[in-house]
Amino acid sequence: MNALMILGRGALIAAIGLLAWQALVWLTGVPAFILPGPVRVGERLWESRSLIAEHAWVTYAQIVMGLALGVLLGIGTALQMILSPLYRSVMRPLVVFSQAIPIFALAPVVTLWLGYGMASKVLFVVLIIYFPIASACYDGLSRTPQGALDLARVMGASRLRTTLRVRAPYAIPSLASGLRLAVAAAPFAAVIGEWVGSSRGLGHMMLLANGRGQTDLMFACLIALAAFTIVLYFAVDALGDALTARFSAPLG
Amino acid sequence: MNSAPGLTIEGSARFGAVPLFPRLRFEAAPGLWTSLLGPSGVGKTTLLRLIAGLDTGAVFDGLVYASDGSPLAGRIAYMGQGDLLAPWLDVLGNVVLGARLRGEAPDFAKAREIIARVGLARHERERPYALSGGQRQRAALARTLMEDRPVVLLDEPFSSLDARTRTEMQELAGELLAGKTVALITHDPGDAARLSHRAFLMNEGGLSELALPQSAPVRSYDDNEVIAAQAQMLRLLRSGS
Repeated sequence: MNALMILGRGALIAAIGLLAWQALVWLTGVPAFILPGPVRVGERLWESRSLIAEHAWVTYAQIVMGLALGVLLGIGTALQMILSPLYRSVMRPLVVFSQAIPIFALAPVVTLWLGYGMASKVLFVVLIIYFPIASACYDGLSRTPQGALDLARVMGASRLRTTLRVRAPYAIPSLASGLRLAVAAAPFAAVIGEWVGSSRGLGHMMLLANGRGQTDLMFACLIALAAFTIVLYFAVDALGDALTARFSAPLG
Repeated sequence: MNSAPGLTIEGSARFGAVPLFPRLRFEAAPGLWTSLLGPSGVGKTTLLRLIAGLDTGAVFDGLVYASDGSPLAGRIAYMGQGDLLAPWLDVLGNVVLGARLRGEAPDFAKAREIIARVGLARHERERPYALSGGQRQRAALARTLMEDRPVVLLDEPFSSLDARTRTEMQELAGELLAGKTVALITHDPGDAARLSHRAFLMNEGGLSELALPQSAPVRSYDDNEVIAAQAQMLRLLRSGS
């Protein structure tokens, strides 16, 4: 019932968006190579479905791999930062630096280093999500209630066990919000990588479609990317909610 | 249980240049309950945290030691103001938390027996949010008992409970912690009058001993002597001397 309501609301929002889009095309009368209408894009999406799917899988795989790797790295960094003050003092500026890197500027060089394959795109995704994950996770790990830490101390817990068995569970809600940010940012990083240098993927297709004036194909690719992002976001959102409910008391 | 050591803390504490409490000496006799009653802000909790070896943010000039000469570390169980139950663990998981945190294999049979003793046998698989305030405090008491330490430090453990639950918890704690060396910090004269073998008032000037009924704890809440002792404690608290 609840899921049905959410689906219904999503469909309604999508319908309104599509109508507004179509209305814009009608009202302005712009030619299709500047702004194709939703019907035309839909037709194109259907006609080129096997081609789009072939490229979409590459992009999806890069996003998922980059996310998995970036989340692991981010969590690992945050745990290390809690465990070792020395590591923390070294890593903090580096974590911020990872966020300050303009990926657009770095992309061509990284593509030279790692080639036109998936590795360079996965790296971009990792670079983009490393900061939100590591900082959200570190934040959560350092906000453990003092009473819980006192108890662990009196019980004779080691620093490692306190971190894993007390700090980490209390940090789960923070990690969940970091995950949501990461999922929303990851597709952008993968597409930039493909834009700069690749032979496959939605970004590559969009670049080609743009160059050939196939605006409808470009939009069809955009929709394939956006749909995946939305599905991924809501999946991660649900996972985050479930984890938060499992590790903290409901109703605060 | 007979081997419970007494403990002594003597010294003074300050925050930077601001004195918290002057040089004083607090003793908890072996195997007995000693209460420390006082208004908020006189350093009762700091005193207890110093005994427990916890960070206080204060500079302490003095000593904490056990009467048998061995170190106190590892012989203390601590029960704080909140229940401090881990929200992701059920009652059983919370009770064996200490063993898990030390990397030991938990003794579930013993944990279940203790949970039954505090009256939570039917709630052993429930997480803290599903329990009432009194039940949560019982679970915290079970966790404290599971630690099986000769010295137990209680920092206002009943302060968040309603009157009825509070008196029930006083009785349960008094009974189950008998034989251990207990230091109880409280701002409630009722706790001190019902539970202590000795009780002290702590204020800015230091410590002064409070009069208690002759009978042995846990004393009945409606005993005339207990009520009189409570009233006298309240008078001293209010007069600030």
